Amino acid sequence: MANEYFLRMGDGERISMTREQIIADLQEGTADAADLGNIPELSGDEIDKLADIIMDPNRIVSVEPGMEIPVTHDIGTLRIDGDQGNSGVGIPSSRLVGCMMHERGFGADTMELGHIDYSFKPVKPVIAQEQQAMEVCQENMTIPLLYGAMPNLGLYYTPDGPFENPGDLLKAFKINEARESIEHAGDHATRDMTWIMQHLQKVGCDGVNFDTIGAAGDGDFYASLYSIKALREEFPNIYIEAGMAGECTLGMHGELEFEGKALAGLWPHEQAPLAEEAGANVFGPVCNTNTSKSSAWNLARAVTFTKATVETSNIPCHVDMGMGVGGIPMFETPPIDAVTRASKAMVEIAGVDGI
Amino acid sequence: MPISHIMASGLTGMRAAGDLVARMQFSKNMRINEAKDYVAKKLGVQALDLSDEYVMRDIREELDIGVLTSVPGCAKGIASKMNIEKLLDIDINCCDKFRDITG
Repeated sequence: MANEYFLRMGDGERISMTREQIIADLQEGTADAADLGNIPELSGDEIDKLADIIMDPNRIVSVEPGMEIPVTHDIGTLRIDGDQGNSGVGIPSSRLVGCMMHERGFGADTMELGHIDYSFKPVKPVIAQEQQAMEVCQENMTIPLLYGAMPNLGLYYTPDGPFENPGDLLKAFKINEARESIEHAGDHATRDMTWIMQHLQKVGCDGVNFDTIGAAGDGDFYASLYSIKALREEFPNIYIEAGMAGECTLGMHGELEFEGKALAGLWPHEQAPLAEEAGANVFGPVCNTNTSKSSAWNLARAVTFTKATVETSNIPCHVDMGMGVGGIPMFETPPIDAVTRASKAMVEIAGVDGI
Repeated sequence: MPISHIMASGLTGMRAAGDLVARMQFSKNMRINEAKDYVAKKLGVQALDLSDEYVMRDIREELDIGVLTSVPGCAKGIASKMNIEKLLDIDINCCDKFRDITG
């Protein structure tokens, strides 16, 4: 009977597969990414290396010495004092304590401050509180501290916002009205995100992490790129991280452009140059996990997309590797064996500049 | 989960030189090897040493750029960042604000 090796499904369930089955899934995963993105598949050597990483008998694997990279963060301290909805563990603590725990206790290379309602729009009414928290953190910390939030264009649509929901308009075949709604919401979001970061830069913030760009489609991406552009022009030294929400920009509007380039349908290696052109310092590509496929399939697919992005980008790529993205299982507490294997693969095969 | 990434692949921040490498990526758009080479040169070490706690612990205290354990009298917070500015030839926003406020 052939040896079997433990790995995971995309939902985190432990399974076992033979080497041949693992190789077959790796080949299928890379082929899927190559077909969708019109990018090269992983080579035979890369597939073999990925198989060796997956089949390593140890629970935890890691990169070879000298290949370590910075690990940046999202959601800030919400993972300490937040609720389950924020991926938090509910330990009562101030945001300063949470930030310093990451800096001194967890080995973080950078950290992020974020609002409990982790989108830009809810920050506007409480901006003074966010400025105060940022000042206190900057006075006490050494590592870079960004302010993070989600563009979350959905908050600008009814019932939460002022503009009619384009989903409702599209269902009624009101295409032009839906596009207008997305454009208006996008302009408001650009204004709000820029305003918020202007106030935080005034109090010594290092910069911003636009988290889950594109979650509401191309309008969301449009708003973020124009805000990045405005911030770079006003603050030449601001740190800007642009992290995506999904692997392909959904064309909810379909005709939005950034500097003459259409945003709908872009894959990670096509998104990165736009983030760079807008003025981002670091780009975070995303590849979504399929919970019905093995981690071998998912990881090969994610590494293929990410490798292509690293090659097309001129700015550092910090691949998004939270739950359900970057080859990580979609599970609240992603298994350590799967996380460390994905981490090593992204550094040593995709060649990322950070995670 | 972030701890899993940090243990598997991370430079581990102030335990070593991870925060310094990250600053060069953000402030000058340096790719990973360029950022490591730059920081290593400024510190007078090899790039391999940037993740080595044994090497970095004394260097961080000598240069007063922030050490992981809380040593009384060592630079912390904005003071450590002002020393990092000088070491890496960069500007850090909160240090600029501090200088504006204190004249």
